[in-house]
Amino acid sequence: MTQTPAQIPAKREITTKPRFSDKVFRGVVTGGGLSSLVILGLILAFLLYNGYSILKQQGIQFLTSSNWQAVVADSGAVDIKNSHFGIAAMLIGTMIVAVIAVIVGVPISVGAAVYLTFYAPASIKKIMVTAIDLMAAFPSVLFGLWGFFVLESSGEYWAKLLNKYFSWVPFFKLPAPYVTRSPFIAGLVLAIMIIPIVTSVSREIFSQTPLDRIQAAYALGGTRFAMLRAVAFPYARSGIVGGVMLGLGRAMGETVAVYTVLNIVYQVNWQILLSAGGNVASMILLKFGEASPYEVKALMAAGLVLFVLTLIVNSIANLIVTRTGKSGR
Amino acid sequence: MTTLAPAPTAKPQKPWAATYKDRAKTAGIFVASMAISYAVVAATPLKGKLAYAAIFFASYIVIDFVINFVKAGRPAAVDAVFRAFVTMMVAVAITPIISILVTVWIRGHHGLHWTLFTKDMHSNAYTDAVPQGGLLHAIIGTFLLVLFAMIISVPIGILTAIYLTEIRGKFTRPISFLVQAMSGVPSIVAGLFIYAAILLPLTKKLNGFEGSLALAILMIPTVARTSEEVLKLIPSDLREAGVALGGTQWRSVAMVVVPAARSGLITAMILGVARVAGETAPLLLLTGGSGTKNFNMFNNSMGSLPSYIWQCFGAGTPESITRAWAGILVLLVIVVVLFTAARTLGNRKVGKKK
Repeated sequence: MTQTPAQIPAKREITTKPRFSDKVFRGVVTGGGLSSLVILGLILAFLLYNGYSILKQQGIQFLTSSNWQAVVADSGAVDIKNSHFGIAAMLIGTMIVAVIAVIVGVPISVGAAVYLTFYAPASIKKIMVTAIDLMAAFPSVLFGLWGFFVLESSGEYWAKLLNKYFSWVPFFKLPAPYVTRSPFIAGLVLAIMIIPIVTSVSREIFSQTPLDRIQAAYALGGTRFAMLRAVAFPYARSGIVGGVMLGLGRAMGETVAVYTVLNIVYQVNWQILLSAGGNVASMILLKFGEASPYEVKALMAAGLVLFVLTLIVNSIANLIVTRTGKSGR
Repeated sequence: MTTLAPAPTAKPQKPWAATYKDRAKTAGIFVASMAISYAVVAATPLKGKLAYAAIFFASYIVIDFVINFVKAGRPAAVDAVFRAFVTMMVAVAITPIISILVTVWIRGHHGLHWTLFTKDMHSNAYTDAVPQGGLLHAIIGTFLLVLFAMIISVPIGILTAIYLTEIRGKFTRPISFLVQAMSGVPSIVAGLFIYAAILLPLTKKLNGFEGSLALAILMIPTVARTSEEVLKLIPSDLREAGVALGGTQWRSVAMVVVPAARSGLITAMILGVARVAGETAPLLLLTGGSGTKNFNMFNNSMGSLPSYIWQCFGAGTPESITRAWAGILVLLVIVVVLFTAARTLGNRKVGKKK
């Protein structure tokens, strides 16, 4: 009897070196992943490229002056010397409507988030969360039209009340009796538009509150409010600030709804009940239609300012939210 | 034969649940506050919905506070007031949603007729009588715009999500940060960017594809973030099993992870579509708003539902406003259907086959 020698397989090479297919895969996926960087970089580059001549010519005046005049000489050429571009009025307008939105929208959103996280029965919670998430998907043109046709009438009445009883507050003074299409009403529409995002961020943070601390608070005999004050609010505070800033970023960049609701007047207006205001985004849309190529460059510069502003606000917001979510404290 | 008596089971107790007495009390306060608000509005010069709501809220909180203060002391009273406060806040948050849905139906359903879906506006003005013309061109336009935006943004979004969950290279933190930052880019800025990058130097005229590019920019973050959430839920066992069977990372991702997450990825896609379907500002800059059917994405102005609504609203006559609301109704139905589809798919268990 002869035994055939056992087949000894060739020694396998054990390696952590990725194979060719994996290299390609990793390359493609990394490329796709870096696209967000590329796109943001391109946005910055192209807006800067187009707006640079205006920014250079106007200097800091672009941010501090409220004079927007695109002068065209009789020959049809652009009169660069006499053209002035400054977006201060619209920057202030942007901040005013966004701050109104935050002041009105945040208590509602945070209150709703507290109710949905700590109070609501499961069935009601499901319906309301779905409804609020659905609202996040509503197109902004819908909010604009609703604000124009429905909220406007109530908003005017509220504005008159505010003016009647609080006219000693400088913001609520009315130099002229025009209260339609005011920054106040635009702010209310934006407040409603940021409710979904602020609510969902706050809800997310509240739901991460450590259960042991909640139960410890109850075990010590605390009421639900005492628990919220001692445990949930301190835990969620910075996360909510992040959510609020996300809402602020949204409110600052909103175009169509503000354009529809607000009477856009190119002047600095601190009287929020008066029918005049604007924000950078709606101003771009307003002027874009009949802008000469030269004025379009100025609009690009305005877009650049808006882009950088929202990017800063959003980045701070995201840093705060991510840090809260990670550290557990 | 003896039958075993069923073991006595303790009735589960819920000492925290509201008793009938509690519910009756809440209902009582509710009714009393309604009565007070009605009486006050009738008796004083305060008028309007706001007066009703404010007096109702105030009297509810006062009655609630007093009853609980008398019965259980200050902490309980504060607790009750806070509970009433947050409940009212959620009511305030829900009110605009209901108001919007009701308004769209009430104002929009007059404008609905069958030719909406069979005719376009090439021989009609927005100010014509409502039954003339239709929005077929706008539906086709929105469909094409969103389809092209999807073709561009879905691969990029999903690749980003795969990078963030599967590769986790050294760019993971910056990329996840940038994707979040990108979700805050104002839509008008996306429009301006495409205008500056494509329209000014290259095409020099409006077409649909530029609109799609702008929509894709707005869609990528939504797709990427939702896909990332979904891929994170895939158990690592599946990945490890794939690699243990001798698969390369490419094969374990493509054959195991992505198929397991399929329904979730479709959800991400649908949410992205719902996000951009009603986006208006970039389309106003880039696509124009033709009233004629246009199937060519690369040539000529392209109609779309948002720009149809916008132009009808701008025209300002009662007929055109009715058209605008009808357009909104159609758009809203599309958004709600997409949203419901995303919800239904998203509620399925991740990793389950079919």
